[in-house]
Amino acid sequence: MLNSSLGPVPLQAYLVLASLLFCIGVWGLINSRNAVRVLMSIELMLNAVNINLMAFSSFLDGELIRGQVFAVFVITVAAAEAAVGLAILLSLYRNRVTVDMESFNLLRW
Amino acid sequence: MTIAASTELICFALLGSVVIFGSLGVVLLSNIVYSAFLLGGVFMAVAGLYLLLNASFVAAAQVLVYVGAVNVLILFAIMLVNKKEDLIPIKGLRIRKLLSGGICAGLLALLIRVDITTPWSLPGPVPIGEEATVRIGEHLFTDYLLPFELASILLLMAMIGAIVLARRDVLGADIGTGDPVDQGLIEKTNTPLLIDKSST
Repeated sequence: MLNSSLGPVPLQAYLVLASLLFCIGVWGLINSRNAVRVLMSIELMLNAVNINLMAFSSFLDGELIRGQVFAVFVITVAAAEAAVGLAILLSLYRNRVTVDMESFNLLRW
Repeated sequence: MTIAASTELICFALLGSVVIFGSLGVVLLSNIVYSAFLLGGVFMAVAGLYLLLNASFVAAAQVLVYVGAVNVLILFAIMLVNKKEDLIPIKGLRIRKLLSGGICAGLLALLIRVDITTPWSLPGPVPIGEEATVRIGEHLFTDYLLPFELASILLLMAMIGAIVLARRDVLGADIGTGDPVDQGLIEKTNTPLLIDKSST
């Protein structure tokens, strides 16, 4: 047990879990062909970052819990991002009648 | 090991496996509706992890905002754009997937190595536990006041932006009288920006 005063689960376990979640999100972000799934992958990555912040806040900064305040801000920004992203997706769908990421190559060189 | 400790360990293992397998399902399942519901499960499990980390307020906010708002929004978007379409096959897709999988595995190895080998300054101060909500409130109204107010402006901007982007096209003329309506200035009629080359 690396930190017996805080219980049986060490900090490293939370960090490894968050790393796994982040990498799954990155893979999904690169490989999804449905635009909605891309947004879902972004949410997964934001959640991984939040787990990291909360773990550090609980294990290393238990007095001031600045990590929890940051997590609240990340949740706020994620909500705004989801709303705007899905609105962009809807207007994109109205213009191109598809959600395939491979067909959105207007800005590619 | 006491009962409390073993319970915490079991809870962590359970929630962690839900997070990992749920997110794998979100990324890999072919039906996107299943992915969206699994995403809700992942969000709930992450909220459970927050509870394990002495953060009841953020866990409640996670459930309210993510499961209650973001996930429902994603489900709505799926139902609005859910068209059965056969994706055009792309050359080298399998190689691309394998290559990006390799890169992600490398990133994962790097991150895990950093996680494990860094000497974290443990144990830190004792967590304040139930006082956390009070402490977050103090933070939000003292040293994090500026980000707090900026967050409200950001939410307002996002709300107006989402409405402007997603609203239906309005008619340039009144249907009854035929007079021009100035709402046509805000959004043009529904003409595609480009001719869709893939459909022709």
